[in-house]
Amino acid sequence: MQTNWLYIGIFLVVGIIVPIVPLVFSRLVAPRKPNPIKLSTYECGIETVGDSWVQFKAQYYIFALIFLVFDVETVFLFPWALSLRQLPLFVVLEGVLFIAILVAGLVYAWRKGMLEWV
Amino acid sequence: MLFLNDPITFIAGWMRTLLSGWGLSSGLVTVIIYILGITVLIIFAMALDIMLVWVERKVVARFQDRLGPNRIGPFGLIQPFADIIKLVIKEDITPAGADKLLYNLGPVLAIASVIILWAILPLSSRIFGVDLNVAVLYLVAAGALGTLSIIVGGWASNNKYALLGAFRMVANMVSYEIPMVVVLLIPTILANSMSVQDITVAQSGMWFAILSPLAFIIFLISAIAELGRSPFDLNEAESEIVAGFHIEYTGMKFGLFYAGELLHAFTFGGFIAVLFFGGYGGFFGLENIGFFSWLNNPFVQAVVFLVKAMFGYWVIMWVKYSMPRIRIDHMLAFNWKFLTPLALVVLVNTAVLSKVLIGLPNWGYVLGMFFSNIVIGLITVEILRAYGRKQRKAEANLNPQRAQN
Repeated sequence: MQTNWLYIGIFLVVGIIVPIVPLVFSRLVAPRKPNPIKLSTYECGIETVGDSWVQFKAQYYIFALIFLVFDVETVFLFPWALSLRQLPLFVVLEGVLFIAILVAGLVYAWRKGMLEWV
Repeated sequence: MLFLNDPITFIAGWMRTLLSGWGLSSGLVTVIIYILGITVLIIFAMALDIMLVWVERKVVARFQDRLGPNRIGPFGLIQPFADIIKLVIKEDITPAGADKLLYNLGPVLAIASVIILWAILPLSSRIFGVDLNVAVLYLVAAGALGTLSIIVGGWASNNKYALLGAFRMVANMVSYEIPMVVVLLIPTILANSMSVQDITVAQSGMWFAILSPLAFIIFLISAIAELGRSPFDLNEAESEIVAGFHIEYTGMKFGLFYAGELLHAFTFGGFIAVLFFGGYGGFFGLENIGFFSWLNNPFVQAVVFLVKAMFGYWVIMWVKYSMPRIRIDHMLAFNWKFLTPLALVVLVNTAVLSKVLIGLPNWGYVLGMFFSNIVIGLITVEILRAYGRKQRKAEANLNPQRAQN
């Protein structure tokens, strides 16, 4: 089991090195003649006003909250799904009840108008 | 004959004898063999990626009634290499005010997040990176990294279009991951395992796409959304935000984003094949008949797998070049009001039925699963039709003139 994760670890390292190689090669062969106009931010020909990293209205903020709830839920469901064969039907239905409670939460958010784009 | 039946074990055994003969410790030998094996696998993936550029350009040309690349080499096969040379020798521009570290991390992550998926991709019963027992969760985790590369690249460019693209990708990510993970529970339930090898073996009799066609469709849609391909390509939306997250990327860095997207699509085609179409196997028991026993050969299996993965990739391309882009509020509404509830219904259906129908003979189990999915699909369509009627009626009440036309 540990060798599996050793394999994944090496894979991660090699996987990060592979895309760096063409970048380094490109750095060696490509011309480099920067000037301020060339390096300016592209905005269809208009000069940029201000910084890009501004406070921005994230309209999907509520969606992100609902996402968190469901993401945690699905993680809890994986052990249940894996042991489904060994479990009696009663416990399977308890898992269904767990999903039903979350669906009730989704319906509540829906009725409250949280799933509308504002 | 051993090489043909089990190439990886054969080469690994040979290498182990050779390196141990040099007096290296067994732990070091394992690491060296792993590094070599990983390098070969990744080089294969990257070579495939280069050919995918050609496939993509040729297929989109045919969809749009054009010829596509046909000048360099036979059928334009050398074209992707020409593309790469062009990209490499282009000047690389880092825009003023960009966050240098994250700006360079974006394209690297775009490729790395796809490549690490190849660690668990089962090319055949004997040719694969590693058989993780939590492969399904690994797939979700690595998929999220791919989205992260877009967010990082878009944010670090210090460009307002790129920032908008990144914002849209976040909205995409916090939505479509839910139906995807829920639907990934269904192969897990049916195969009683999260390992991709076990899932493949469990489908040797019957594909999961037949046991649960709705799960396959939901996975396909959320995979396309996760890839950020049309109709969910709001993160690059040429007509609105020019090129979205990769607007400030030039040369090879843009090339890495492009190559990453293609390989990602192909890899998801591969995972669709593994999770729902029997992967390298799934011949409905044909391979047990003496005459067809060559289907068990790992090289034949690898070819079968690549054909299935290419078919999945082709379907993703087909969707991409046939569908117009959808609006962002529609995208979120489609996920939260349609896909997620449907995925949960399919999940409950599969979980309960797999418990109830387990006593039946095999054909009863398959038919029960299949028709329950058909019934759910028909009910869904009926609900949608009722909703559409209601909408049209409301429209007619508000604006009688327009409704008549």
